[in-house]
Amino acid sequence: MSIVVSKPLAGSPATHSPWLDALLATGRYLRRNPSLIVGLVLLLGLTLFVVIGRSMVDVEDARALSVRPLQEPSARYPLGTDKQGRDVLALMVAGTPLTLRIGLIAAFVGIGFGAIVAFVSAYYGGWVDAVIRTIVDTGLTVPGLMVLIVIVMSLKVSLSTDQMALVIASLAWLSPARVIRAQVLTIRERSYVQLARLSGVSGPEIIVKELLPNLLPYLVASLVTGVSSAILASIGLEVLGLGPLDSPSLGMTLYWVNYSAALLNGWWWWWVPPIVVMAVLFMGLFFVTIGLDEFANPRLRKQV
Amino acid sequence: MRADYVLKRFGIFLLIVWLAGTVNFFLPRVNSQDPIREKLMQQATNGGSLQTGMQEMVAEYDAKFGLDRPLWQQYLSYLADLSRFDLNYSISNYPRTVSEMILEALPWSIGLLSVTTLLAFAIGTLFGAFLGWPRTPGWVHFLLPPVLALHALPFFVLGLVLMYVLAFWAHLLPMYGGYTPGTFPSLNLAFALDIVVHSIIPALSIILVSIGGWALGMRAMMITTQGEDFTNFAEAKGLLARTICLRYAVRNALLPQITALALVLGHIVSGAVIVEVIFAFPGVGTVLFNAIRESDFFLVQGIVFCVILTLGIATFILDLCYPLLDPRITYRRS
Repeated sequence: MSIVVSKPLAGSPATHSPWLDALLATGRYLRRNPSLIVGLVLLLGLTLFVVIGRSMVDVEDARALSVRPLQEPSARYPLGTDKQGRDVLALMVAGTPLTLRIGLIAAFVGIGFGAIVAFVSAYYGGWVDAVIRTIVDTGLTVPGLMVLIVIVMSLKVSLSTDQMALVIASLAWLSPARVIRAQVLTIRERSYVQLARLSGVSGPEIIVKELLPNLLPYLVASLVTGVSSAILASIGLEVLGLGPLDSPSLGMTLYWVNYSAALLNGWWWWWVPPIVVMAVLFMGLFFVTIGLDEFANPRLRKQV
Repeated sequence: MRADYVLKRFGIFLLIVWLAGTVNFFLPRVNSQDPIREKLMQQATNGGSLQTGMQEMVAEYDAKFGLDRPLWQQYLSYLADLSRFDLNYSISNYPRTVSEMILEALPWSIGLLSVTTLLAFAIGTLFGAFLGWPRTPGWVHFLLPPVLALHALPFFVLGLVLMYVLAFWAHLLPMYGGYTPGTFPSLNLAFALDIVVHSIIPALSIILVSIGGWALGMRAMMITTQGEDFTNFAEAKGLLARTICLRYAVRNALLPQITALALVLGHIVSGAVIVEVIFAFPGVGTVLFNAIRESDFFLVQGIVFCVILTLGIATFILDLCYPLLDPRITYRRS
């Protein structure tokens, strides 16, 4: 900034590139938003761990009986091996993306459906809105895990991870629907939307051109929250023994840890890695949410 | 308190309970094949000492939910059973009824959850109030980042770490269970103390994780209330800073916290189920875990129903407390 001010006519040639400008602006913004940085760094670190790990170990070693069971960490197996004869590092490297995938699928489906419901509810109002609001409000007070358990047990087939993601998505739309509806209701009354409506812009066009861009921060924030709660739900189902038993996902690892009482037996290398990965994952997502919240809601910047 | 407010809240409570029951009834039947019948048949053909009981159970199940009866009749007899708390027999522990098993486990879960939730709410809200009050000493603010980091974790992640550090490594507290194995549950001080000692780590993991959320919400509301006209007016009147903080800022900031409590209870219960499983705490979560392992459908359905029912009652009580805190509610006409 100061360079541009001191040399107003010449300017630095780099600032003429809109991409670089945007990048610099993002950088400047990030410096004011430490939560977002912390969150992104944690998630980036986890991604690096998976990417580098994939090049270091054979993911096939995440299958049962592929290595000698219950080896302490050594040069050959940096994180040791578990009771099923799986390399714990391979387990983490294979399981982390799998767990993330469940979260992403469930969150995207949930947000998509939730946004549609929210727009319908806010657009039509009246009894449609009343019915949808009652469903969403009552649905949110019920512990989601309980309903998911009944659904999974009723399906009776052993689920693949993708199917489990879809089951979780069946409840994941409730919270986005509530958030987005509230936002649509406030944005709808703003003057630029009113002006567009008076100018004869059609309903769908208003939604796409006026509402969506202003909703974007909220959509992204509820996507991140959605990923986090979907992952939590999947881990919950898996720890209860409702996941695919041969899957290397984080929740299933924890199920076997609990099943074999790894903690009591002192096999620390088996349960510490999944706990650390989960801690980094959830903290990363949480701090990104807080950072996005600050971005969407600049009034929070008025901190004490 | 106005009658129509209470009635409306009670209506919502009934709606939740009815929905829970209905979902429980229809979901296993969506798939055309009936997993309950299959499990019963499987258990009956396995034979053994349980066989006589199983045959009777299958006969009773067929009489009520046989395919010769239309679905709505099955549904009605199901609702009639439900209203009498007849949740059927447990398939894997045959002579015992589901209600009996749940009633045994429920006090453990309610005890653990009510104590932890109230403590976390009180501590977190107080912490948040301090964070949002300009006269708070500066060092309090340094506590926020670690508390927030803890809040990001699921209960069981912190639970496992605490279990390892406090129980396995330092031998300060017992690792598993709700009381020392071998002792017989009785009503005396020694046993009560035993329960408390066993509950510390599970409770601590729930409380430490929950505090951050309450603190964050309360801090935001405190900042909002301080910009309001009534706070400025109180300041202009020359009221004591403490009075403004407690009677003007905190009291108003507290209301959204109570609303949030009603919304978060469901998440807390979902998380606590896993905590109970990890700690083998003799509550509903552990019974549920075993029921899932044995595919004991009646027990799973019973637990799901009872948990939602209990939660509905808790939310209803919270709704009834709300007008006491916010007198405006009772005057508002809808």
